[in-house]
Amino acid sequence: MPDNLHEMTAAELGEALAAGKTSAVEIAHSFIARAEAVDEKVHAFLHRDDEDFLAQANASDERRSKGESLGPMDGVPVAVKDVISVKGQPLTAASRILENYVSPYDATVIVKLKHAGALVWGRLNLDEFAMGSSTENSAYGATNNPWNLACVPGGSSGGSAAAVAAREAPLTLGSDTGGSIRQPAALCGVVGMKPTYGMVSRYGLAAFASSLDQIGPFSQTVEDAALLLQTISGHDPLDSTSYPAEVPDYHRALAEKPGPLKLGLPKEFFGEGIDEEVRKLVDEAIQFYRDDGHEIIEISLPRTDLSIPVYYLIATAEASSNLARYDGIRYTHRSDRAENAIDVYAKSRGEGFGEEVKRRCILGAYALSSGYYDAYYLRAQKTRTLIRRDFEKAFEQVDAILTPTSPTPAFRQGERNEDPIAMYLSDVFTISTNLAGLPALSVPCGFTGAGLPVGLHIIGQAFKETDLLRVANAYDTVHSFGRKVPQL
Amino acid sequence: MGESQEMDIGYVANLARIELTEEEKEKFRGQFGDILKYFDRLSEVDVEGVEPTAHAFPRHNVWDQDEARPGFSAEEALANAPAQRQDQVVVPKIIEE
Repeated sequence: MPDNLHEMTAAELGEALAAGKTSAVEIAHSFIARAEAVDEKVHAFLHRDDEDFLAQANASDERRSKGESLGPMDGVPVAVKDVISVKGQPLTAASRILENYVSPYDATVIVKLKHAGALVWGRLNLDEFAMGSSTENSAYGATNNPWNLACVPGGSSGGSAAAVAAREAPLTLGSDTGGSIRQPAALCGVVGMKPTYGMVSRYGLAAFASSLDQIGPFSQTVEDAALLLQTISGHDPLDSTSYPAEVPDYHRALAEKPGPLKLGLPKEFFGEGIDEEVRKLVDEAIQFYRDDGHEIIEISLPRTDLSIPVYYLIATAEASSNLARYDGIRYTHRSDRAENAIDVYAKSRGEGFGEEVKRRCILGAYALSSGYYDAYYLRAQKTRTLIRRDFEKAFEQVDAILTPTSPTPAFRQGERNEDPIAMYLSDVFTISTNLAGLPALSVPCGFTGAGLPVGLHIIGQAFKETDLLRVANAYDTVHSFGRKVPQL
Repeated sequence: MGESQEMDIGYVANLARIELTEEEKEKFRGQFGDILKYFDRLSEVDVEGVEPTAHAFPRHNVWDQDEARPGFSAEEALANAPAQRQDQVVVPKIIEE
């Protein structure tokens, strides 16, 4: 176990609290001090309310002293991507248009965290409205990769990934629409998981693409991801797409080692365009599973190359519709140049949105517009069906699918900024799972010669998070690459 | 859809209710051309008879109890409004005289 509280996992913090070796207030002070020491370099946080953090910690310690602890999360800090509503705290979505917005209510995941006694702290940076793969699209400045500050942390949940990597929080929440949890997790060397669509309520999440968005955990270990997922999962009547499935005991399930499994390698994911070092590290991880007694089978997901155009059509169409609510009328920035109602919309949005958000809203409006709907949006939805069927067919043969999370390690700031397609291709391995609604995670599988982390992507079957976590944990408990701390 | 057509940026930006600067229009024009060409790959997919997927795990007829629940006070609901007066949001005149 590390000496510093801020380097501990959530599970270790929970144990230390239960054993009376530390207090929630000590833990909160430790993370505040860490953020004070390193966040100037990393810039993971957009906002911190340390006073509120300490007040929650105090309340947690009081509960514990009375023998009323709420369980393993009581007193454990969780920092939150700045698209998830926390009552009384700002929510900017890294956009100017929500610069002064304060959430009037808690998202369901936040209600659940508070009920478990977790200390909900801070607002983490992202690409504006979660649109991007580098966290460079934030209106409030980029986040830097803790392993190399000149590199991006990935995105869109770059602040959530970087905060865990830099040990500014033991656990964070992000959202994943096309890879926005898994890709930054890979690039920052931490665990990041997207649950099955519908397992975690989206109520209180600023919507980007509603049929693809899912909230999920970041952590140092798979065990911690299971702990946080346990806390936030479950049916929610406030989200009509929330699935009425039982939430298994993920944490307990991890104690069981998975029996011999069939693990699939989609040949389309191992073709050209993968960085050689990424390929080598992922191959080594695959060899681990082979040596561990699992059968490795080559499979085919033939429409992999179509997933990016399908995704960008569906996601932009849904975004153009979802972001219509930021109209300058009820709760957003309002242009002072506006003279009539249409002007309020167009000028407020023109001033408030950043470039990528404008690009996507306009593309989406085009894909949905009269004369193009059938050719673009409807055709994309039909191709989505084919992509989903490819996965169904693959899962008749295998229990889980292994791929690299990202074709490259973290790239340098500015490198892909002016080329939207190059940026969109960063997500080629993660996007199709959102289209199919499947659960998937990224687990750190080593470092390149230059010291940049690489992630192994594991895709599971719908609603079988337990199996997915077990497969990942078998690797993670042996290698623990997510426990390595960057020099800052 | 075949060959991608030149997008009328001004027209679509108006549909999206987003004011663009001339520089943005110029920049987007080139980028959209490339992106739409990329999207055109879908025109080669055989989707004859394939049902569209709107949600991976669709749920139908999700009913809610029609029960009154506490909601926001006027003050809470208006806390983020850019302009307000007498418990209402102030907006520019919509109907022409």
